[in-house]
Amino acid sequence: MIDPILDVRGLTKSFGGLVASKNISLDLRPGEIHALIGPNGAGKSTLIKQIAGGLRPDEGSVFFDGQDVSPLSTASRARLGMGRTFQISSVAMEYTVLQNTVLGALGHRGNTFRFFNRVMKDTELLATAENALEQVGLQEFRTFRTSDLSHGQRRQLEVAVALTLEPKAFLMDEPMAGLGAEGSHRLIGFLDALRQKAPILLIEHDMDAVFTLADRISVLVYGEIIASGSVDEIRANPDVRSAYLGEESVE
Amino acid sequence: MKKETTLNAGLMLLLLAIPVAAWFMDEPFLVTLTTRAVVFAIAGVGLNFALGFGGLVSFGHAVFFGLGGYAMGILAHHAQTYTPLMEWPFVIDGSNSMLVIWPVAIVISALAALAIGALSLRTTGVYFIMITLAFGQMFFYFMISWSAYGGEDGLSIYVRNGFPGLNTMDPFQFFVICYVLLALVLFAVHRAAHSSFGLMLRAARQNEDRVQAVGQIPYRLYLIAFMVSGAITGLAGALFADLNRFVSPTMLSWHTSGEIMIFVILGGVGRVFGPVAGAALFILLEHSLGGLSEYWHVYLGAILLGVVLFARGGLFGLLAGLEVAHD
Amino acid sequence: MSWVLLIEQTLNGLQFGVMLFLMAAGLTLIFGVMGLINLVHGSLYMIGAFAAAVVAAASGSFLLALAASLAAAAVAGILVEVTVIRKLYDRDHLDQVLATFALILIFSEGTRWVFGSFPLFLDPPDYLSGTVFLPFGIEYSRYRLSLIVIGLAVAAGLFWMIAKTRIGIRIRAGENDREMIGALGVDITLLYTLVFALGAALAGFAGALIGAIQSVQVGMGEPVLILAFVVVVIGGIGSIKGALIGAILVGLTDTLGSFLLPKLFSLILAPSAATSVGSSLASMSIYVLMAGVLLVRPKGLFGGA
Repeated sequence: MIDPILDVRGLTKSFGGLVASKNISLDLRPGEIHALIGPNGAGKSTLIKQIAGGLRPDEGSVFFDGQDVSPLSTASRARLGMGRTFQISSVAMEYTVLQNTVLGALGHRGNTFRFFNRVMKDTELLATAENALEQVGLQEFRTFRTSDLSHGQRRQLEVAVALTLEPKAFLMDEPMAGLGAEGSHRLIGFLDALRQKAPILLIEHDMDAVFTLADRISVLVYGEIIASGSVDEIRANPDVRSAYLGEESVE
Repeated sequence: MKKETTLNAGLMLLLLAIPVAAWFMDEPFLVTLTTRAVVFAIAGVGLNFALGFGGLVSFGHAVFFGLGGYAMGILAHHAQTYTPLMEWPFVIDGSNSMLVIWPVAIVISALAALAIGALSLRTTGVYFIMITLAFGQMFFYFMISWSAYGGEDGLSIYVRNGFPGLNTMDPFQFFVICYVLLALVLFAVHRAAHSSFGLMLRAARQNEDRVQAVGQIPYRLYLIAFMVSGAITGLAGALFADLNRFVSPTMLSWHTSGEIMIFVILGGVGRVFGPVAGAALFILLEHSLGGLSEYWHVYLGAILLGVVLFARGGLFGLLAGLEVAHD
Repeated sequence: MSWVLLIEQTLNGLQFGVMLFLMAAGLTLIFGVMGLINLVHGSLYMIGAFAAAVVAAASGSFLLALAASLAAAAVAGILVEVTVIRKLYDRDHLDQVLATFALILIFSEGTRWVFGSFPLFLDPPDYLSGTVFLPFGIEYSRYRLSLIVIGLAVAAGLFWMIAKTRIGIRIRAGENDREMIGALGVDITLLYTLVFALGAALAGFAGALIGAIQSVQVGMGEPVLILAFVVVVIGGIGSIKGALIGAILVGLTDTLGSFLLPKLFSLILAPSAATSVGSSLASMSIYVLMAGVLLVRPKGLFGGA
């Protein structure tokens, strides 16, 4: 049994009377894409925040690369190798595409407390940044101001920045959201190849993407994992069908 | 050349040309006026580092302005009265040499910024604005009650501080000193803005989550920025006290904090040379409107209101357009 | 040190506190409901005091003067809200600070232009002047005592309004979720104007009441404004309860501090040093208190959101 990169054990979180996460356990193994699906309001953002940092669970722990990261901050976990993309694009809007990507490379390399270097002429950082942009297909847009990009392009930028971090695992929160058919298709192909570099915990609503890409699927409903298994197992699972897939027949 | 660069150069040239012309025309008053603008510009550049680049709305920056002024005032006071500052455990004499006073002003302001920042930066938003204001008031009232150095009446320094080889009482030579310092500060700030630190700091202002996601800690960035910002404003304070040969608690008042903010906003928040334009514009208004009416602050208020509501990017925003991403 | 003096100073602190509460209550509501940082409050305080002084001089009636202070401040508040403040709700805090700072400049210098720099006269009415006798043989200013009573009555009124009336419910809802109450059909624009006017009226009222024991002059509102901010920060933004507790804390700290600290220091230092160290620490004490509260509770004592 290969050790999982990410091992989430028994996460429980309540807000007052509301139980947002109930004893959630899942893991992410090398080379896989583990998709997390569930209806809106299931508690996906709460779960992501407890994994990536920023929200302390009431009970449970998060192990990353063999280490208990539960007491660590978001920044520390990022440095340990968690590459996160946000559901609502979290990029620096006033910066160019290139600046945002260089930012990632800089954060990863460290040594940010330098005051006299010309960071945007740093060959090492530029190489990493350009490489990442090429991989997502944004290199022509490198000098564009991020606020001028389309929504879909900003999602691509998020992924590019995550790449510069050379993470040990990706936490992707709805990367398909807002992409058109062509964009989705391209991203699906991209993520398919990406799993070799680092496994992906993929939170998604886009069922095409999920069924195409996922090695495993876990279903989150009202803060609980009600089912976890292969694509076929989940498709056939009656609890999942009723709770989430509803009347749609998904073939 | 980019519009902004042209504007920067033009501004610096103008600030140099006016005193030179005034010197030829034998109008020392104009030289002093321009010096005032230059010193205010340095104060504004200091605030802009924290406010414009870091997004830290510090409403108590007059603290550093005043601390720099009092550092100069106290040292010079002891020098001119031939009394030492301290006799135990070791003797510290006063000084009226600029080369001693400037580092002292800078270090004291930086340390104060470290202390104030370390506490204040644990809060955010409105609370941060309020706590910086409150710290400003704390120091303000402290200086008022420190009667050893004049208290509310302030402290007069009879002779301008000395700089080797120059006659600092000559308005033009003092102006050159201040102008060179402004140029050096601008150069340093410009480089810092384009450095690794600058890239990360300006990102934090735009999106803290992003900075954390790349593994960096916004608090540390803000604290360093706050210290640098305080140090620069402190230097301006020392120069201001030297220019007027007078320091008083007014330098620490929240009105002064507000005025420094005005320099920054008039020129354009976040632009390296913004405060230079803002300070120059402020002095222009002070001189022209002040000549018209004793109550010129009414007009200043109206202009400031207009800028905030309708010309948010300040002078640079109007003339140089949307800020083009550097590099 | 006499106990009588101590009790007197405590009462003074309480009086100072409840008057601060009038300012702080308006500020905290405006912060809480509209998310607006508002420096004009000091000017509204001043306008209330000036209106009261002018009407008192013209009519001889203190009650009319108080009514005038409420009206003038409310009207000024509405005017300012409709013309300027409305444009600031969506802006960031820096813009709000600068715009309202600009308004201070306009109001202060404008008032100085019209009225000059000399203070106006406003005296307490005869039926409230003089002293009353309290238990333990304490003689205390009747006017100051009535300020305490008035202040506490206003506090009670505000608590009742927030808890029991419809506008109170809307205010509480607005503090929690601005977008939601708009979606529920509440007229946000009107609500905001009303809240602002209420805060303004309270400020003007405080200005008039205090103006009778201090002087009515330009700039009188600014020290009070800063203290009111400190109170709001200590109490927590949006909390009237916090504003009351914070105000009383600040009032007591300031008054008792100025009274006790020099005495404390005279135990260890020479008299002149004791006075100067004591009084400088006293004026700083409020800010030390605020910094202390924020370190333990970064959102104030009762600040939640």
